[in-house]
Amino acid sequence: MTDVRAAAASGGPVPAPLPMAIPKAQFDWRPLALLAAVAAIGLPLIGSPSTWVTLTMAGLAMGLIIFIIASGLTLVFGLMDVLNFGHGVFIAFGAYVAVSVMGGLGAWVGAPSLGLNLAAVALAMGAAMLVAGGIGYAFERIVVRPVYGQHLKQILITMGGMIVGEELIKVIWGPQQQALPLPEMLRGAFLLGDAAVEKYRVLAVLIGLVVLAALLWVLNRTKVGLLVRAGVQDREMVESLGYRIERLFIGVFVTGSALAGLGGVMWGLYQQTVTPLIGAQVNVLIFIVIIIGGLGSTLGCFVGALLVGLMANYTGFLAPKVALFSNIGLMVAILLWRPKGLYPVTNR
Amino acid sequence: MIRRLLSHDLPRSRWLALALLLIVVGLAVAPFVFPGSKALGVAAKMLVFIVLVASYDLLLGYTGIVSFAHTMFFGIGAYGVAVASTRLGEGVAAVVIGVAVALLISLALSLLIGLFSLRVKAIFYAMITLAVAAAFQTLASQLSDVTGGEDGLTFKNPAWLSPSFEPFETPLFGVTVDGKIFTYYLLFFAAALLFLLLLRIVNSPFGRVLQAIRENDFRAEALGIRTVVYRTLSNVLSALFACAAGALLALWLRYTGPDTTLSLEIMLDILLIVVIGGMGTLYGAVIGSVLFVLAQNYLQDLLRFGATALEGVPVFSNIVSPDRWLLWLGVLFVLSVYHFPSGIVGRLRALTHQRRPPT
Repeated sequence: MTDVRAAAASGGPVPAPLPMAIPKAQFDWRPLALLAAVAAIGLPLIGSPSTWVTLTMAGLAMGLIIFIIASGLTLVFGLMDVLNFGHGVFIAFGAYVAVSVMGGLGAWVGAPSLGLNLAAVALAMGAAMLVAGGIGYAFERIVVRPVYGQHLKQILITMGGMIVGEELIKVIWGPQQQALPLPEMLRGAFLLGDAAVEKYRVLAVLIGLVVLAALLWVLNRTKVGLLVRAGVQDREMVESLGYRIERLFIGVFVTGSALAGLGGVMWGLYQQTVTPLIGAQVNVLIFIVIIIGGLGSTLGCFVGALLVGLMANYTGFLAPKVALFSNIGLMVAILLWRPKGLYPVTNR
Repeated sequence: MIRRLLSHDLPRSRWLALALLLIVVGLAVAPFVFPGSKALGVAAKMLVFIVLVASYDLLLGYTGIVSFAHTMFFGIGAYGVAVASTRLGEGVAAVVIGVAVALLISLALSLLIGLFSLRVKAIFYAMITLAVAAAFQTLASQLSDVTGGEDGLTFKNPAWLSPSFEPFETPLFGVTVDGKIFTYYLLFFAAALLFLLLLRIVNSPFGRVLQAIRENDFRAEALGIRTVVYRTLSNVLSALFACAAGALLALWLRYTGPDTTLSLEIMLDILLIVVIGGMGTLYGAVIGSVLFVLAQNYLQDLLRFGATALEGVPVFSNIVSPDRWLLWLGVLFVLSVYHFPSGIVGRLRALTHQRRPPT
């Protein structure tokens, strides 16, 4: 340092400073610790370890399904600043498409072969993602595009879009509840000692982890993902660097709605019935999740979804009457700790 | 005198004034001109919705806060009257106590929710109120020993408001005057009073500050206005008026349940009416409520007519079926957000002002 100052003082050329190692950003482990803490606190409160294992598995499965649905929504808000209160419509369409597909593949669903069952479920998921993605594209063009930038109108219009979507579902499939039974080999549970872990929940956790891994890989290791993350931080800058950010928006919106369709299929199989109100019911939960996680952050959405899933299952067992309030209480507590959510990404 | 009554907030459009006059006169003479219990029920519902939507317009149109917890306060008012009448026995005392307790609970809750809006921004606030309202609805159906659960509470009104009370033996203008008519006029005068009170509030310096906060809250803060205080006050006032509307509905229906007051459908209806009528103009609440309640009750008849005409056509008959009237209302909603950005009232005012030659 003194040579630099000496060189500058003497008026001569200043040598370039020595390259110092750029300090790595510290990974924020506290929210993950919170997640582990909630799971750990559950054990003494519940009492028996086997029940705890069952409930935790159920919580993880539910949480991962909600994560699949909410991940699209948080990216859409983070990148496009679009408040989509009608995300539930993609969930509902996904679930109903699954009803049709699995109803049509009744032979595969009823067969005692894991391969055929999984194939039927995979086909249902694929079809649901396609249909939900297509509807997402239409939704973006017709409902969302004219109101970019006006939050109030976005809230109103997307809610209106959800009403129209729900009514269209009633027109096509009828207003009554429809059953979505699990395939033959996915019923029942594994027995780990005393704890019963449902087979479907294990499948849901696996699929959820695959989606999480795929999302994190795309966001962190591909150029498209880099653009999405950059756009979430500063949209105008990305635009000024010459990238067609509108195409990116449409892509993210369609992907988000396809993911919601997938989540709808899984939620429908989790509940084993679908009603036209399925979208509105899950809507509240996904909003709580993305607020807890921080708008725009995928990891935050993941942690938030798992927290919500665990809380819902633990309180559903311990004190069923306060189940929904417990999630709101969790949201309030986290907002008091971090007003922008667990992993705030955007500066909005 | 009319100017002072309307707090100097005149319709400013002869079409709007005409429409409002028609509505007021129609509602005033409804029991005698539109006989039948359905028509009277429609008129009473219009009155309740006018107060409810006007109070929401105070929050959304004048302060710019989107809140989905409005039906919660509506429900608190209705349940207050219902629980008091069921627990304390019917009578004026029970109703008064019920309304007072409901107002206090609404005050406390709205204060809490309003102060919480300190920490979070507008989008968060909307989502939080959505979650709180959903949770409250679940709570109401779960505390079944107090609230009657999913079945709700049926109760009797005070003696002079119940349908069996018939003071005059001869029919007046062809209609037998009974307690139902008295209840209707109680609703009418209460709704008129509450609406005029709301007009007074929005046309006062307080109302001006709310509009300033809506337009640019940073600037309002820079001018020295404590936006938190005003936002919370707006929240509280809006909740109190919604609570009063709930009490009126309970008195009319003599029944309260989670579906009649707390459901998300009602919240969406309120949003629809505010947007279609015109945000930021209380008259929009009047026009919108009347049109909406008429549509809700008579559009189905219109659709039924269309359905019988298209019977047999596979998909279209389903779309025009009277059960799917909400679909058409949703489409109308989306269209009106695009084409009527200032609602019907805005359109009517623009229509009138277009005719004046430019000075």
